[in-house]
Amino acid sequence: MAATTHDNAHGHDDHHDHDHKPGFVARWLFSTNHKDIGTLYLIFAVIGGVVGGALSMIMRAQLQFPNSHIVTSGQEWNTIVTSHGLLMIFFSVMPALIGGFGNWFIPLMIGAPDMAFPRLNNISFWLLPPAFVLICIGLVMGESGSGWTLYPPLSNSTYESGMGMDCTLFALHLAGASSLLGSMNFITTIFNMRAPGMTLHKMPLFIWAELVTAFLLVLSVPVLAGAITMLICDRNFGTAFFDPTGGGDPVLFQHLFWFFGHPEVYIMILPGFGIVSHVISTFSRKPIFGYLGMVYAMVGIGVVGFVVWAHHMYLSGIDIDTRAYFMGATMVIAVPTGIKIFSWIATMWGGSISFETPMLWAVGFLFVFTLGGVTGVVCANAGIDYMIHNTYYVIAHFHYVLSLGAVFSIFCGIYYWFGKMSGRQYPEFWGRVHFWMTFVGVNLTFFPQHFLGLSGMPRRYPDYPNAFAGWNYVSSIGAYISGVAMLVFLYVCYRTLTSKEKVADNPWGEGATTLEWTQTSPPAFHTYLELPRIK
Amino acid sequence: MKHPYHLPDPSPWPIIASLGGFLIVFGIILAAHYHSYLMLIAGTLLTLGTAFMWWRDVIKEARTPGAHSAIVRLGLRYGMVLFIGSEVMFFSGFFWAYFNFLLYPETQGNGMLVWPPSNIFTFDPFHLPLLNTMILLLSGCTVTWAHHGLLEGDKKALVNGLGITILLGLCFTGFQAVEYAHAPFKFWGGGVYSSVFFLATGFHGFHVIVGTLFLIVCYFRARANHFTPARHFGFEAAAWYWHFVDVVWLFLFICIYWYGAGNIAAE
Ligand code: HEM
Ligand SMILES: [Cu+2]
Repeated sequence: MAATTHDNAHGHDDHHDHDHKPGFVARWLFSTNHKDIGTLYLIFAVIGGVVGGALSMIMRAQLQFPNSHIVTSGQEWNTIVTSHGLLMIFFSVMPALIGGFGNWFIPLMIGAPDMAFPRLNNISFWLLPPAFVLICIGLVMGESGSGWTLYPPLSNSTYESGMGMDCTLFALHLAGASSLLGSMNFITTIFNMRAPGMTLHKMPLFIWAELVTAFLLVLSVPVLAGAITMLICDRNFGTAFFDPTGGGDPVLFQHLFWFFGHPEVYIMILPGFGIVSHVISTFSRKPIFGYLGMVYAMVGIGVVGFVVWAHHMYLSGIDIDTRAYFMGATMVIAVPTGIKIFSWIATMWGGSISFETPMLWAVGFLFVFTLGGVTGVVCANAGIDYMIHNTYYVIAHFHYVLSLGAVFSIFCGIYYWFGKMSGRQYPEFWGRVHFWMTFVGVNLTFFPQHFLGLSGMPRRYPDYPNAFAGWNYVSSIGAYISGVAMLVFLYVCYRTLTSKEKVADNPWGEGATTLEWTQTSPPAFHTYLELPRIK
Repeated sequence: MKHPYHLPDPSPWPIIASLGGFLIVFGIILAAHYHSYLMLIAGTLLTLGTAFMWWRDVIKEARTPGAHSAIVRLGLRYGMVLFIGSEVMFFSGFFWAYFNFLLYPETQGNGMLVWPPSNIFTFDPFHLPLLNTMILLLSGCTVTWAHHGLLEGDKKALVNGLGITILLGLCFTGFQAVEYAHAPFKFWGGGVYSSVFFLATGFHGFHVIVGTLFLIVCYFRARANHFTPARHFGFEAAAWYWHFVDVVWLFLFICIYWYGAGNIAAE
């Protein structure tokens, strides 16, 4: 999309004059550099993912056979489930896709020297480690067993009286503040700092994706903040927002939560859409099919995503007309989603495709995301959802779009940009091993959960009748395979970071047309001190 | 450098501020569960101190030639609009709760589906609340007066306008405190009406205090001649924020005090 007339000789002059890096503390703790902050986010996301992943291994071990006692009590189980969900969402997927790749590549792709508010950027990151500590306190104390959806009365002071639950709620306040400040920064950067000549309709799709994501965050996170503020007051300061004995209404919490929660699921997938678009175009050696359609599909998903929230609440006693409306609105979302999927396929059509590791992840993404989207439409039918709500079918649905879809897009981005960020070549062989092990592992884990759900196995229980034993066993084996694949990924990171093989400025050839490939690998500490011009 | 952007040097304030945030939230938990207030106080002081230092740096930069170019100031405008937008959504959450209760009241065991709940006596909207509405509306006018003074280069009008705005803001906060003290219902254990009343108006009151602080900073900056008719974004941001706080109050007044008035408490 964006070709540049950057004068290379000048770029190198600047490079010499300004490329002095600050000392360790100033560089990593007081950072105002978008690349360093992006790196911090990525490292943080890996840590969050490993801790959250370890919890999922415990859960699958417990569920491998009926009547296990690896997890000793229901309360402990509930706490693990809650922490797993929150860690993966707020401390792994979001930091990687938004904080990590967003920070690294928004400035690089729009030709800006940094983010609009570099100090704000740093506080966005540094609010996360304290939030992570709070979540871990809730986990270790075993007092946050409400599920990631935090529904009262499960989360109120009657049923979850310890301070661990408060730690978890306040962790979300800090993580929410982090996302809010980050997204204001992103929007301002994208609107205000594009290189001369880069009009909105020339902006790379990844930038569009981050822009829509940031708007969703600005509009939805404060509503969650309001809801948890009320919940914290109910728990600690004698209010009755969600307590029927004082005239309050627990369903209100569900509305507020899902008004945030549904946009949140798109917050987690839109940046992935952006990454996958670039990767598919790069490795098909063709421009993306239907650029404008792709852009407005994302905008459409963002807008419609705000008016479908109650499809999570079909069974909460809402009125039948309300259910009918939310059912229709939800199905409408499948239209822009379909536009994207068909455009990706059309991009590959007739291209000269090669399957390096990033492309494997991208194609894998298409497969799993489409599957998850299709089961989403099944769940969207209020009548059918009566049977499958709160069963493993829903678990399968959202893991296909999240732990497969969103996570595949993260790995896709990591392999695509690893050379750019580190300057070193990842080992292609081990990258492929990582992909295939993950692909087999996660499908083995989650595909059988559709069957379990359809035959009635409820979610959030540490045990099940013997009838469900077979598929649970398969599912656990799959989980172990994907667990080993995670270790392979850590090995890939180790191999890459210690590799002597340097990466060229643009290792992917003519298909990679965005601005970051005009920079060195790794890029200079400060890039674009002279702005590029877009033709 | 050949670009118009401002790249600040590494700064210790962000990470210290986030530590302050952590101490505040953990302090609230300790206060609620163990009645221990030390951490909360420490966190609040740390956060306020850091905010002061950070703000001071920004003001210094604003006065450094070349740092806040026209495009950087445009970026600050985007940032402030987005911040206010997110605040609007925060208040939307509380209004959502309020209308949920107003439109679909729960029975509270006495079988009566009314809002406000039948055991609640509310404030007379045309007593102190109306006065407070007038005070805030007037302060909206005086801040505009200050703005015009600034644009005309009339420093006296600027400083006086700002000073009066701040006094009006303080009056508002004071009257709110008086009102709370005389509330015919109690926050703790008072049921859903008092919950939503105190949280919505209290959250607004907190914003009034923040807005007043912002105006106070502008007051001293105005006296020190920091603002020029062409460049005064710090002042504009404070004025925007103040108008936002004002508008939220109008909604609170109309929806909660007035439309939601029930049996008026006898004075
Ligand atoms: C075609 C698009 C989609 C449709 C029609 C759809 C529909 C639904 C419906 C109706 C439910 C509620 C099921 C129930 O609880 O009974 C649901 C749950 C869920 N969906 Fe989707 N979905 C779609 C895409 C996505 C995407 C892209 C993501 C995330 C990346 C996602 C994440 C989730 C999550 C996390 C839940 C479960 C929340 C919970 O109860 O814990 N969905 N989806
Ligand atoms: Cu949803």
